[in-house]
Order: sequence, then C-alpha cells, then structure tokens
Amino acid sequence: MIERRPVLDFVSHAVLIIGVAIIAFPVYVAFVASTQTAAQITGSNPLSLVPGNNIVSSYTLALMGGKVAAGGTIPPGWPMLWISFVVAMVIALGKIAISIISAFAIVYFRFPFRGLVFWMIFITLMLPVEVRIGPTYQVVADLGLINTYAGLTVPLIASATATFLFRQFFLTVPDELAEAARIDGAGPMRFFMDILLPLSKTTMAALFVIQFIYGWNQYLWPLIATTSEDMYPIVLGIKRAIFGEIYVEWNVVMATAILAMIPPAIVVILMQKWFVKGLVDTEK
Amino acid sequence: MEKRVRFKSAWLPWLLVAPQMAVVLVFFFWPAGQTLYQSVLQEDAFGMSRQFVGWQNFERLWEDPSYLDSFYTTAIFSLLVAVLGICIALLLAVMANRVVRGAAIYKTLLIWPYAVAPVVAGVLWLMMFASPWGVVAYALQALGCGWNHLLSGTDAMALIVMASVWKQISYNFLFFLAGLQSVPSSVIEAATIDGASPWRRFWNIVFPLLSPTTFFLLVMNVIYAFFDTFAIVDAATQGGPGKDTSILVYKVYYDGFKALDMGGSAAQSAVLMAIVILLTVFQFRFVEKKVQY
Repeated sequence: MIERRPVLDFVSHAVLIIGVAIIAFPVYVAFVASTQTAAQITGSNPLSLVPGNNIVSSYTLALMGGKVAAGGTIPPGWPMLWISFVVAMVIALGKIAISIISAFAIVYFRFPFRGLVFWMIFITLMLPVEVRIGPTYQVVADLGLINTYAGLTVPLIASATATFLFRQFFLTVPDELAEAARIDGAGPMRFFMDILLPLSKTTMAALFVIQFIYGWNQYLWPLIATTSEDMYPIVLGIKRAIFGEIYVEWNVVMATAILAMIPPAIVVILMQKWFVKGLVDTEK
Repeated sequence: MEKRVRFKSAWLPWLLVAPQMAVVLVFFFWPAGQTLYQSVLQEDAFGMSRQFVGWQNFERLWEDPSYLDSFYTTAIFSLLVAVLGICIALLLAVMANRVVRGAAIYKTLLIWPYAVAPVVAGVLWLMMFASPWGVVAYALQALGCGWNHLLSGTDAMALIVMASVWKQISYNFLFFLAGLQSVPSSVIEAATIDGASPWRRFWNIVFPLLSPTTFFLLVMNVIYAFFDTFAIVDAATQGGPGKDTSILVYKVYYDGFKALDMGGSAAQSAVLMAIVILLTVFQFRFVEKKVQY
C-alpha cells in the first residue's frame, strides 16, 4: 500500500463485487432454473429468482434419464459425463506423455534433421483444429475412428503447446545435473527418469489443468467425430437436449449444464496455483 | 539457447520424438495439406467425382456476398469481444491489484468462468434472454427496450458478444493481474512522492508498462473470437437470424457439413489458415519488438 485512499478503496471493492456478481449471475439463474419444474419455467414471466423445490427430480432426470410429463424421453447424463472425463484425461495425460519425451529428445540430443523436427512441431501451434476440420474428419473416418475414444482424442493431442512448455523448462535446468549424471555413468533414460521427471512435476501439474479443461470443453470436434449418441460427451448432450426436442425440458437442461460445469470448475479452483502458472506459461 | 551437455545415441532421440511426429503428421500435416489441396478442387455433393478448378473456389468466395458479409460480421464480432473483454478485465485487474483485504477471494471468484465450456456459456446467456421468461429480456422489456434475438440481428450479435466476453474475462484478468504485479513498486512510489494522483499514475506509468500484455491479449482475443466462439454461436443463435451472426468458422462448418460444399469449405479454411498465420507472425514480429519499454 503506497498511500491511504479510503474512497478509492471503497470504489475498488464496489467494482469488484459488482464484477463478481455479474460473472456469477448467469450461473445462479441456471441453478434456480434447475430447481424448478419445466412447466414452472416456461409458464413464468419472468423466471422466479427464488429456488424452487424440484431440485431432486431435475438432477435425477439429468443423471439417470427417464420419461417426462410432456411425453419425451431424456437420455441419462452420467455416461456422457464419463465420456467427457475419459476424453479429458486421455487428452491431458496423452499430451503430457508424448510431449515430455519429444522435448527431452530435442533439448538433450543432437541428431540429423533436429531443426526440421523442431519446426514441424512448432508450426502446429499456429493452426487450431477448427481450420482443418473437414480433412481431419476424413482422415479419422478413413482410419475407422469415428465414434471411438481414439477418434475423439488423438487429433486433439496433435498440438505443440506442451512440447514448448517442457522445452522452455528443460533449458532452465542446470547443465551440471546432466554432467554429474554422465560422470556417474547414468544413461540418458536413467537421467530422464531419475532427475528430469521429478523436476518437471510442477510443469506437468500446470499443463494437466489447462489440458483437462481444454479436453472437457471441446465441442466442434466431438460434434463431427461422433455420429452415435452413445459417444456424446456431456457438452453435446446439452445441445441435443435443446435443439433435438420439440418441448425443451429447461430444468433438466440447466441441471445438465451445472453438472457439466462442476468437474472443470473444481479442477480450476482446487489447482488454482498450477492453473495460473499453466495459463501464463503456455501462452507466453 | 542450447545445452552444453548432450547425450549421444543414434536411435534413442528418434524413438522419443516418434509418437509426437506420428500424431502431428497424420492428424496435422495430412489434413492441413488436404485442406489446401481440396481448396483447388470441385467435388459433387455425393463425393463421386472431383476435378481441378484452380482458383475458382476462391473466386467464388470473393464473389459470394454472403461470404463477404460473414467477414464483416466476424470483424465486428471479434473487435467487440476483444475491446470489451480487455477493458472490463483491465478494470477488474487494476481494482483487484489495489485491494489488500479479500484479494485472493476476488481472484478465485473471477477466474472460474475459464472452466465453463463455451457451449454452456452460450446456453446460459440464451436462457437469460429467452422470451418470455428470460429474466434479462423481461427487465429490458420493462425498461422499454424490446428484445428479440430471433428477429433482430443486432440483438443476436449483442447476445453472442456478451456470452463470449463473459467467458473470456477470466483469461484477460489473469494476464493483466500478472502484468500489474510485475510493475516495479519503486516507480509507483516515486510518482506518488512527486504528487501524481492514482489516475495520473495509471495512465502515465502503469498502462504504458502493460502495453505488451495488452497487445498480446488483443491478438489472443481476436483468435479466440475467430475460433473458440463456434460453440457459443451454435448454442445461442445458430448463425441466425438469417446469417446475421454467422461468423467465418461457423460458415466453414455449415458449408462443409450441412451444405456439403467441400471445395468451398476448404477454400474458406485456407483463408482462415492464412489469417491465423498472419496474426501469429504479427504477434511474434511486430508486437514483441515494437511494444517494449
């Protein structure tokens, strides 16, 4: 604190509280809607902002599925949550695994075409999956990977953010460590497993948070790479519930939206320190 | 920067880069090459025949008023998202950097929307503006401003801008906060002793020191608005009413997968690729060098 400015302090708190309220408001409305019945929501003008008493039934329907009063059938949500979880884990862990070893090779070895390999990986940073969506679909379809976990995850692993983060980190590891390991007779893999891997823990945690959220929130790719509703991740389930039905069960849609939000939000809040590190490091 | 100490092995480095190279070649270079290749081909809707048409797909795009409209829509949309998102986040970051009490709590409460899937963001905002029961639409009606994003292109654009900004604030906020925390306090102290007001200190010292962060965020927000907002548009407006919110990436998807015009879609993808590459090069070359203090 450089100087005391009580008025400015008050204004700061006021602005922050208003900001937090605006950020939280849509989620609060969604929560309130998920505690009412579908008829209450569509019949209201406007929606009541006091939670209703239909919370158990909305969330049971969202998780387990079942028939609703209007005649429609709601598919169960928990298999979609499971698919999202598997996809997010495979993308996060897969990316970390393949990038850490390739970064190790690029930093600690000299081999022919090392520069070429480096640039081929680097250029993937530039193009998000959205701009090559059609041909990627054709490749995945030709390989018979539509509606499989491999089809949902592997094309999204093909990006270099993680490789670069590990490369940056390895370059800051003191050379003395590698020298000492060599003098003691340790081979490259021994050095990697016993020295580099334990040192990289923080970087791995940071990457995990970012990539888990990235994988969980994927939308366009699963929309194209799945044709069977059995392989829908939860974010697609939300869309199907709104646009696939004539009569939208808004309470169930909102319950599903809240359920879809919880896992990544928990990851961000519990692993906040690594999240901030991961975000700032991967982008800069 | 290079390592002094290296290991020697003829085969190990190849084995180590093999998994990543395989994934990158199959799922990146092959499709990216195909995009460029298809952009010069004309394919019938059943995929039975294709022929080389050179620049025709691009010429078709150039003459297609709906594509130029989509460019215009995307430009307005990304400008609004970037500018609003950056301004709001900067305000919040400056305030959060000032307060001592509760700073950690404010930070936690402001960053979690990063975890919300874009499609969920789109649905949440759609619900607040759904007629007749959406609470915000109702409040606007009561204030005398009618709202109907199903009929009015302006309303629909406002809807996707709000949802996109809402989702992106946390990202911008974190970068601004990191930038503010690296401003040396001695400089601020010196200015305070010289009698500069907080307002003056911000505009003459803090804001110029933040300019690398601001430019970086400008580029990242434009990229976000170009690509990551697909799900928001798809959930909230589906490109409508008419084509009023059909941004470029939505049009690529629609033309390729709904209208089955693969050549046109590939040509659009190629244009998008060029835009991303330009933005990235711009960021590396121009921003990094010119905007340093």
